[in-house]
Amino acid sequence: MDIILEGIKKAFWLLVSFDPEVLGITLLSIKVSGSATLISLVIGITVGASVALTRFPGRRIVVSLINTGMALPPVVVGLFVTISLWRNGPLGFMGILYTPLAMIIAQAVIATPIVTGITLAAVQQLPAKLRLQILALGATRLQMLWILIKEAKLSLLAAVMAGFGGVISEVGASIMVGGNIKGYSRVLTTATVMETGRGNFDVAIALSVILLLLAYLINLALTQIQQRERRR
Amino acid sequence: MRQWALILWGVALCLILVAESSAAKGKTLILATTTSTQDTGLLDVLIPIFEKKTGYFVKTIAVGSGQAMTMGQKGEADVLLVHSPGAEKKFMEDGFGVTRRLVMHNDFVLVGTAEDPAKIKGLKSAAGAFKKMASAQALFISRGDNSGTHAKEKDVWKVAGVKYEGEKWYQQTGLGMGQTLNVAAEKKAYTLTDRGTYLAVAKTLKLDILVEGDAVLLNIYHVMEVNPQKWPKVNIAAAKAFADFMVSKETQEIIKTYGVDKYGSPLFFPDAGEKLEDLGK
Repeated sequence: MDIILEGIKKAFWLLVSFDPEVLGITLLSIKVSGSATLISLVIGITVGASVALTRFPGRRIVVSLINTGMALPPVVVGLFVTISLWRNGPLGFMGILYTPLAMIIAQAVIATPIVTGITLAAVQQLPAKLRLQILALGATRLQMLWILIKEAKLSLLAAVMAGFGGVISEVGASIMVGGNIKGYSRVLTTATVMETGRGNFDVAIALSVILLLLAYLINLALTQIQQRERRR
Repeated sequence: MRQWALILWGVALCLILVAESSAAKGKTLILATTTSTQDTGLLDVLIPIFEKKTGYFVKTIAVGSGQAMTMGQKGEADVLLVHSPGAEKKFMEDGFGVTRRLVMHNDFVLVGTAEDPAKIKGLKSAAGAFKKMASAQALFISRGDNSGTHAKEKDVWKVAGVKYEGEKWYQQTGLGMGQTLNVAAEKKAYTLTDRGTYLAVAKTLKLDILVEGDAVLLNIYHVMEVNPQKWPKVNIAAAKAFADFMVSKETQEIIKTYGVDKYGSPLFFPDAGEKLEDLGK
């Protein structure tokens, strides 16, 4: 147990001293996972709402695929993204393997099905008559979509939290496509793995504490928005 | 419409990141190396010096020697710093490398808990110790990841002439050296490790060195430039600069003293320009 206390002390010290390396790692974590979540929101909400509002043959198969995607293992994503981005691979011309951008892509692939799945469930749950009502009031299809998304805001913010939580805590894909390069593509999770391997358990615990703190603060902010909307 | 502002903000962020990552292009060097050079912290000292000197940006990918060489074979790395001499020779013979130069060595040690159920402490022969462990059916933790350490371990088993694969007392982690040492300490098992990683991790583990000093346990690191004729995207200029840097007098001097202040003894012994046969004498 001493080692955990040591780690928490270390985390506190690293935070109050604004250790430049830890600060950089933390900021990169936010930058990468934040961008990935934003990308997944754009794709996920569009696809999720569209599937929720349309009927077509094979729809159930599509929905079950999206739901399976919510359990997409990060290492599997990491492996396929790595192979595609190899400089002699199909997307090698982009030259972005072992960059933060590659990490954003991999994390977006992980988060998108999560956001899509939750959006799908949220929009489908809205009363069907609401759509008719909106259309009857003369809204265009795009305006209707926007209103429905606003109606489902509570669940959609849950989608944001789930998507962000999924990628900020993910290590398998980040280490494979990012390479855990010091001062460049090292994020909180990959740094924790490395410090554990080095036997620096105190630093590893400190990084974990910072990661938890970060996740808490971001979710706290999102929850604030979510619950405020509810009261209105 | 605040939402759209958010999205735009995100797109802008991504663009900045793209710019950031492509700025380093062309001047980038991909170094595939073993976990031991990273876990000991040696590269954290050497890479910034190299970057400052040459202006290249080094992407260090720390994996097992086996995976590092596969990356070289596929042209996904420019230069390799590895410790698996048998596989390295084959790599060169197959034409995947341009040069292969001796950088440094340390040694492998057989570690375990003080209880030492197989009674191998102090044995001079590594193969003899392996035989004793097998007959005592004492738990042995293997890297199992085609790393240089794993290759060495298989060599020693071969010399010992024991069947180990599939045995209950033989377990593979598939992890890096530092983590494998953690597993061995937790399970009170034996494992073979490079001395550098052991010293770096030793402070937190209850593992002792039981067998050391056998010539077969020498751990030798070479630097190899990947052949650009096989893979035109290989940055050979940067690879050569790095290999030259590793064997330069200045770097060898740093290797010589690295770790002395922290562990009381150096983690690696510089060998540039030496002959392989003279090592460990």
